[in-house]
Order: sequence, then C-alpha cells, then structure tokens
Amino acid sequence: MAIATEQALPRILTGIGEEPMAELESHLDVHGPLPDLRRWSPEQIISVVERSGLRGHGGASFPMATKLRAVASRRKPKILVANGTEGEPASKKDRVLLRELPHLVLDGAAIAARAVGAGEAVIAVSDVDERSARSLELAVDERQHAGLRGDPQFQLFGAPERWLTGQESALVNVLNGGPGKPTFGPRPFERGVRQRPTLVQNVETLAHLALIARHGADWFRLLGTDRDPGSALVTVAGAVSAPGVYEIEHGMPLEELLQTADGREPLSAVLLGGYFGTWLPGAHIRGVRLAAEHLAEHGASLGAGVIVALGQSACPVAETARIADYFAAQSAGQCGPCTNGLGAVADTVQQLATGTASAGARAELARWGKDIKGRGACQHPDGAVRFVSSALRVFAEDFDDHARHGPCPRCSHPPVLPATPIPAFPVAR
Amino acid sequence: MRVAVDPIQCVAHGLCAELLPERIRLDDWGYPILDGEPVPRELVGIARRAADACPTLALLLEPDGK
Repeated sequence: MAIATEQALPRILTGIGEEPMAELESHLDVHGPLPDLRRWSPEQIISVVERSGLRGHGGASFPMATKLRAVASRRKPKILVANGTEGEPASKKDRVLLRELPHLVLDGAAIAARAVGAGEAVIAVSDVDERSARSLELAVDERQHAGLRGDPQFQLFGAPERWLTGQESALVNVLNGGPGKPTFGPRPFERGVRQRPTLVQNVETLAHLALIARHGADWFRLLGTDRDPGSALVTVAGAVSAPGVYEIEHGMPLEELLQTADGREPLSAVLLGGYFGTWLPGAHIRGVRLAAEHLAEHGASLGAGVIVALGQSACPVAETARIADYFAAQSAGQCGPCTNGLGAVADTVQQLATGTASAGARAELARWGKDIKGRGACQHPDGAVRFVSSALRVFAEDFDDHARHGPCPRCSHPPVLPATPIPAFPVAR
Repeated sequence: MRVAVDPIQCVAHGLCAELLPERIRLDDWGYPILDGEPVPRELVGIARRAADACPTLALLLEPDGK
C-alpha cells in the first residue's frame, strides 16, 4: 500500500489545492520539510541527480547533472537562474507551477544553488505574468519569516514577454541589462549573469529536484522509462474539451492523455513538443508513448511538454502559415540566415496557402530548410524550419490542394495554435 | 584548422566565399554556409587572409578538435 502511494501520480501537482497558492505551511504538510542542505556536499547532490536521470523540462531535455557539474566546476562565484519565462504561447505549465506551487520551485532552486555553489538565485518570470510574480514574492517572504535555512538570496526578475526571452543566452543578456537577444560566444555556464558562471534551469526541472531531494533517486525512477524517468507536466491544447496542464508519467500512451483531456473530434494530427516540435498524423496516434525513446521513432520529442490536438475541422495549412509568420516576427533580427530565411519561408508558405506560389516553391522550402539549419546564434531558425518541414510532410495533401485551389473553407476556422501578437523586438538591427 | 562564423557579426559582405570557395559558399541572401571540413594545409594562408579581410571580423579560425 505504501509503495503504491509512493508510485502514484500526481507528484508535482500533489499540492494543488483549493487555495490559489500553496502557502509554506500546506506545502510542508504535503511534501514534508526539505532535508538540511548544509549537511549535503555539492557532489552528493549532483550524484543523486545523476542517478535519478533527471533531464531539463524547458525543451532541450539536457541531463541536469551534466549541467550542474559544468557550473560547479568553475572557480568564480556562481549564480542560479530559475527560468519561468515560458515564452511559448501554447505552454502554461510553468505558470501553473509558479502561481500555485511556488515553494516547490524555490526548494528546487535552493538545492540547485547549493549544488553549484551559488549564493544568489534569480527567479525569472514574464513581465506580464503578475500572478506568478505575486505568488513568488509571497513565498519568498514566507520563507524569510520562517527562517528557512539553506535558502540562497532570492531575487525576482520580470523579463520581456517574448518567444525568445527564455532562450538561455537571451535571458542572461536581459539580466545583464541588454536587449534580451541571444548571444554568440561564451555560454552562460562559462560566463553568464554579471560575468559569473550561471546555471539556467527551467522551473519545472527544479520542482522535480525538490522531490528527488526528499525521496531519492530510486523513488524518482519508479515512474517513467529508462531514458525519461519520472513524470512531466504537459500542456494539452486544441481540439479537446478539457485543455490544460496535466502531470503524466513518461511513457504514457498519447491516446490515453487525449482521452483524459476529452478529445472532441477526429484529429488530423497532433503537434508534439510545441512549436519547435513535430506533427504526428492522426492515423499514427495509436500506440505512441510519451517518452523520448518512443517518440524518437517518429522523429518527435516531448520538448517543453506542449501537445496540441488539431481537429479535422481546422486547416493545417492556415495554421502552418500563421505560425511561420509568427516565427519570422519573433526572430531577434541578428543573424542573416534567420532574419532573411524565416521571412522567405513564411512568405512562401503564405503563397502556398493562398494558391499563389510558384511551381518550385516546395523544393525551395526544402532547400532553405537544410541551408538555414544550424546557422543562427541560437536554435530559433532550426526550430522554425523543423516545424515547417514537418507540416509540409504530414499535411502534403492539404498543401497540394491549397497550392492548386487556394484557401479552403476550413481556413476560416478560429486559430488553434495561439500566436501572441506581441512585437518581437522594438527595433531590428 | 577550421573556419567558423559569428552569425551576429556577419552582415554578408561575402568576401570569405570569394577567397575560400573550397570551404565557403553563400546562401540565397549572401550569408556564408560553411561545409565544416578542416582547412587543408595549403589553404591555411588563404583562410587567414579571408579572416583578416572580413570587414566585421565575423570569420573565425578555430584550431582542430574544438
């Protein structure tokens, strides 16, 4: 019985209650106190993280222990940045965590700071996300009053609400007083905030860390798969009656998740891993499991956990054209292949959608896709062309149809993929 | 030795592709695409000249194994 309880979901979302935010007392009631961090050496923490197999939940799925070690081994004083900026318009999970369970994130930040030897921890949220900022402020206050030991010096930071803000080097850049654009050169772990080695870690990753510190690496691995142990927060959107944030076990069948979210209609496809992710055709949904080793077969990954169901009543071509435009607009305008390339890609997709493209348009898109990849200071152009090429492949027939006959009746369906109409950067170059 | 480009500094003057076409071609917008292969010994001098000639110093030379 005890084991069954320990294995069960939810883990992270356990503390979600009636109250808008879990206060320190109820947080401690639910999860128990954090072990006394001062009794743990940094290397002890890192080796527990290593054994747990915890990976980043911000999108890149990078092993956390590797990142911790890279920062910890530097000699200068370190800084931790908890990344809660969540720039992807379809993602909501980090906001839910910060608003409702801030103490779990702050616990994790305290442990990560201890692991790398950082005395300061910046919690970065979007500057329009007032609710998260307020929850965090209250939570930090509560911890100071309670005299929690082992906490670093917490500092809140409101970063511009933009697709690229959460990109590691862009976030470090804005924290250093810059315009918040990605940088080329030393990485944050080498030289980050105020020139210091900086650990940038997604807030959900930190929440998992808070539980691993309490229950251990073996407990963490009771759920999930070899490559993706544990659970994950996902945001389910699109053609479902119950969209929102869910906690899933890695390896859960996609079909089951869509049923849980109450799929409304037959799906033409599902977008896995968010806007930098991959489309999975509706016919292939059955049997797909939500873990890296299974998704790799479909060229997909879970990314930051965004899953969008595209119903058959929506037009995939119109959706692709709209998001291609969004990607072009969200470019930082620094690197030529991104600035010019994503603009050209968006224009050409638009022409395909309206039936005004030249005969060679799709061949040109394919060539650009290869040419653009890997040539920016950040991964923005890579993600954008991955999304477009996945759409061209999965929705080939719809694109054929539009190229020949122009817009279809479904083109007027309300947008399924949100694209926040916020100007990317005030001035480009 | 390999050549690399700082994509933020690069503004598509295109001199590098003119001087070192063995490793560098230009995309549709005039920005360099590098093939990632090492620069053979006989071209090292030219690669250095290309790096020096870049008006924005965006062409970088990197030792092998980096």
